Amino acid sequence: MKRHPAKSVALHSTLIAASTIAVFPVVWVVLTSLKPQSGWQSTELKLFSDPTFANYTQVIGGTRFVRWFANSLAVAGLTTLVGLFLAATAGYALSRMRFPGQRPLMTGFLVTQMFPVAILIVPIYNIMAALHLLNTYGGLVLAYCTVAVPFCAWMLKGYFDTISPEIDEAGRMDGLTPFGTFWRLIVPLSRPGLAVTGFYCFLTAWGEVAYATTFMVGEDNYTLAVGMQQFVGQFKAEWGLLTAASVLITIPVGIVFFFAQKHLVAGLTAGGTKA
Amino acid sequence: MTTTLAPAPPRSPAPPRPRGRIRAAASRNWYAWAMVTPVTVVLGVLVGYPLLRGVYLSLTDANEANVGRDIGVNHIPATYEFVGLDNYVRLLSGAEGNFYPRLLWTLAWTAACTALHYGIGLGLATLLNRPLRGRSVYRVLLILPWAVPAFVSAFAWRLLFNSQYGVFNVVLSKIGLPPVEWLNDPFMAKVSVIAVNVWLGVPFMMVALLGGLQSIPAQLYEAAEMDGATAWQRFRHITLPGLSSVSGTVILLGTIWTFNMFPIIYLLTGGGPGDATQILVTFAYERAFEGIRDYSGAATYGVLILSMLLLFASFYRRTLRAPGETA
Repeated sequence: MKRHPAKSVALHSTLIAASTIAVFPVVWVVLTSLKPQSGWQSTELKLFSDPTFANYTQVIGGTRFVRWFANSLAVAGLTTLVGLFLAATAGYALSRMRFPGQRPLMTGFLVTQMFPVAILIVPIYNIMAALHLLNTYGGLVLAYCTVAVPFCAWMLKGYFDTISPEIDEAGRMDGLTPFGTFWRLIVPLSRPGLAVTGFYCFLTAWGEVAYATTFMVGEDNYTLAVGMQQFVGQFKAEWGLLTAASVLITIPVGIVFFFAQKHLVAGLTAGGTKA
Repeated sequence: MTTTLAPAPPRSPAPPRPRGRIRAAASRNWYAWAMVTPVTVVLGVLVGYPLLRGVYLSLTDANEANVGRDIGVNHIPATYEFVGLDNYVRLLSGAEGNFYPRLLWTLAWTAACTALHYGIGLGLATLLNRPLRGRSVYRVLLILPWAVPAFVSAFAWRLLFNSQYGVFNVVLSKIGLPPVEWLNDPFMAKVSVIAVNVWLGVPFMMVALLGGLQSIPAQLYEAAEMDGATAWQRFRHITLPGLSSVSGTVILLGTIWTFNMFPIIYLLTGGGPGDATQILVTFAYERAFEGIRDYSGAATYGVLILSMLLLFASFYRRTLRAPGETA
């Protein structure tokens, strides 16, 4: 079926306009980061002015950025591992087994999405203090799991639902335990779903602000989301440094995102339509 | 979902002692329970207990000055008292003065954001769902806001909105218009935070709805076209019903997430100017961690937020339950 040319132009121009809006802030940050340190203070509209990597060298060499980056990476990585394990086991049980307590658990997962950070944060803070987990990776990882796991379990349940139960039965016939079936057959088959869910865990931890701001004290313990706030505080605004840091933060995540996005769509759809 | 959403923490019954019928159930369900135990324990300790504790705090007058604490080796015992429903009465009667203005703005913020997320997301998904040159390029570009961590985006927009050097005001001055106080004027700040949150949230909706669109069989459209249905009729009678299940889920999630959206407002305006853009969640957070820490006040806000969301969710699920949809 051939589209009318006018319609085609309208379609493409709408999409181009939308893409421009989506991309512009990101591009602007990249351009600003390449200007000299105070290059953002200009009332001239210039895409480039004396392009330089000075902001980057300053951020990496002259601030605690690398330390914060490592902190964020460790916290997000651990959250991904722990969160995936928790979400996958729960998602599998919810998808394949009928057991008393299943329905309340599903409901519970949905309900935890509604918990505002405001009600949990003070008690969690106290628990972490009691467990001596304040200012440690472990404390943040656990807190992030409570945020990410319910949604991930929900998503993975949807994904597992799309895998034929006959595979489970075949495994059972071969003498595998239910956990063995899960671990040896279903997990390898669900790699795309797991990748997406893991990435979701990672993003949740990588971008979280409230818990990190409250739990982590002392410049060396900051994660990126906390540390970045130092660049544009009340009394100074180092937008040059901030934009360079933004680019450095976004690149690794962006690359993974680019490769994961096809699976992200598939994973979300499986979860979304079945939820 | 047919069960009522109860505010109880998720909790699967612990495997009971094997005895008679219970033993049979336990041996049958042992594996299922074992597999959900890790989640249940983590959520029980870090969501269930804090929730109960939060509810309790909201019934006290706890603040920074009267909670138990350790200074050096000395332990100072807590002296806060149980005050019953005083905190709730103060908030709900309007005596505290902040609750209703914050609530109204939170509702406006949630409604505007979710409607725009869904509307724009659906529009773009429909466009992307046709055969089209460069489709995958468009898709990658349109998803980009989702790939950037939210806190980075918040800073990026603050740079764009900067009143003196931000690109928007520079452009305005170039074409001879007065600058706009994007984040310092109460009204414009509200518009700005909504715009940023919409920018941030559209990709998720678009991707989810695109998945939904692709699962609608093409034959339905062909048949409708043969019957002479207009584009609008096809959209109204095939697309929307075909999307109802996905839509139901993403609108519910979107509403909850937006209602509780913390980082954007906290990092973009810090709730300001004044308290103009402060939604309930950021306001409660500020009570708990800034100035004289008011733990009971923050907890009261938290409980009220949660109750509102629970009411909304159960009402929503009940009204929109599509025929044939199971939990």
